[in-house]
Amino acid sequence: MTWLLEPLTHAFMVRALLVSALVGCICGLLSCYMTLKGWALMGDAVSHAVMPGVVVAYALGLPFSLGAFVFGVGSVAAIGFVKQKSRIKEDTVIGLVFTGFFALGLVLVSKVRSNIDLTHILFGNVLGISSSDIQQTLLISALVVGLLLVFRRDLLLFCFDPTHARSIGINTGLLHYMLLSVLSLTAVAGLQTVGVILVVAMLVTPGATAYLLTDRFDRMTGLAMASSVLSSVLGVYISYWTDSSTAGCIVLVQTGLFLLAFLLAPRYGILNAHRSQAS
Amino acid sequence: MNNAAADHLSARRANRIEVEQLCVDYNGQVALYDANLSLPAGCICGLVGMNGAGKSTLFKALTGFVRPSHGRIRINDLSVLGAQQQQAVAYVPQSEGIDCNFPVSVWDVVMMGRYGSMNLLRIPRPSDRVAVRDALQRVELLDLAQRPIGALSGGQRKRAFLARAIAQRASVLLLDEPFNGVDVRTEKLMAQLFLQFRGEGRTILISTHDLSHISDFCDLVVLINRTVLAYGNTQEVFTPENLARTFGGMVPNP
Repeated sequence: MTWLLEPLTHAFMVRALLVSALVGCICGLLSCYMTLKGWALMGDAVSHAVMPGVVVAYALGLPFSLGAFVFGVGSVAAIGFVKQKSRIKEDTVIGLVFTGFFALGLVLVSKVRSNIDLTHILFGNVLGISSSDIQQTLLISALVVGLLLVFRRDLLLFCFDPTHARSIGINTGLLHYMLLSVLSLTAVAGLQTVGVILVVAMLVTPGATAYLLTDRFDRMTGLAMASSVLSSVLGVYISYWTDSSTAGCIVLVQTGLFLLAFLLAPRYGILNAHRSQAS
Repeated sequence: MNNAAADHLSARRANRIEVEQLCVDYNGQVALYDANLSLPAGCICGLVGMNGAGKSTLFKALTGFVRPSHGRIRINDLSVLGAQQQQAVAYVPQSEGIDCNFPVSVWDVVMMGRYGSMNLLRIPRPSDRVAVRDALQRVELLDLAQRPIGALSGGQRKRAFLARAIAQRASVLLLDEPFNGVDVRTEKLMAQLFLQFRGEGRTILISTHDLSHISDFCDLVVLINRTVLAYGNTQEVFTPENLARTFGGMVPNP
């Protein structure tokens, strides 16, 4: 029991556990839409592109989530614009735009006088999270969960069959940009726990794990959120006791859960798939 | 039946679909030019052309997915958007265009036909459940309602999307290659349903490059090759000369 309770005597651990559970919850929810829509690369792009926004916001004394949001949505707009106005394929445009934004962030961090630690942005700093950061995370989470709950049926239809959505008068353009805005906000929340580089794991892995376990969307969201929260909490504990990278531990647990599902899932795990082929 | 749906189904006053001088281009590439077309209420119409002739572009224009660069479309005497808001237009996709591993059941898919007439949260009312049940019964899929959509055969999946259009109570049905890769049972059932739809005053537009089904049960034919070459009664329009023009005999210059 001490391994469970002893860390809770430190205020920073309680904060870290709460924030990472919260972030795990919203990332898990969003990851279902990301995997079903096929937006993994978009998630990677947005999470890298928010970096200059974080630096600028810190330098100007604004909430970092505001700057991150502006640059996240800006990068998506830039991707859409370049794709529409040139003959370059989408994945190339995405790769090109987000590395440009990320590079701008690197230069800004090294040039702008501030107390930001580059490694905190790159790899997260959930153990040293401040209370104003927690407030922002709470606000972001409430917004993200609210939007995803209210529009969950519409978003599901938008991922499944946008033509039908459009033909019954649903504004698919609005849904598209809403999902991208939610992605930007969630990426900002996620980068506090695991950092810019590993945020995409939070946005993809829980959804992929749950997708192997069920054919029902409602169950999929539940499973994704559960596996995401579990890996976040477990990851923070493991990192505490082994004195190793928190981001690394969280994502490793997530990957481990995915591997379990990949091997053992009742219908779609490879071991069971082999068995049903043999019989 | 909800009032709006009842209204637009019973309205036989004007033509269901009016297309006037429609032009669509994608970044300067002309896909469709000067297309004219009018279809009455209660008919089955074949839309025939080669791949890339503009069939899917016309569908996209009718579902509001592309904006015409010129011309206008009226559906039930409304703009495309207005008709959509009345749930008048249903699009039945080619099953190949749908991700079959998507975690939704047959019931869920058919329920998506009701979304447009539900509240913002899309919580089904009893009347929505009745509509879904009836639609599933008509396409003979009620016993498979709880299956994941991916567990169905190609023909069954096609019927599920047809049930969605029925549940939506649309007066205009746009079907993309409905006879591609379906079993005999589905083909028979669909032909039977199309005749029923016609009797109910719906207008059915079937896009196909397979000519064998056209003369069987289409009242009207639209021949398309980057514009509407000819349209009208099947016997009059379905001539060797017209078909030669449609399938690359002579390509007119825009």
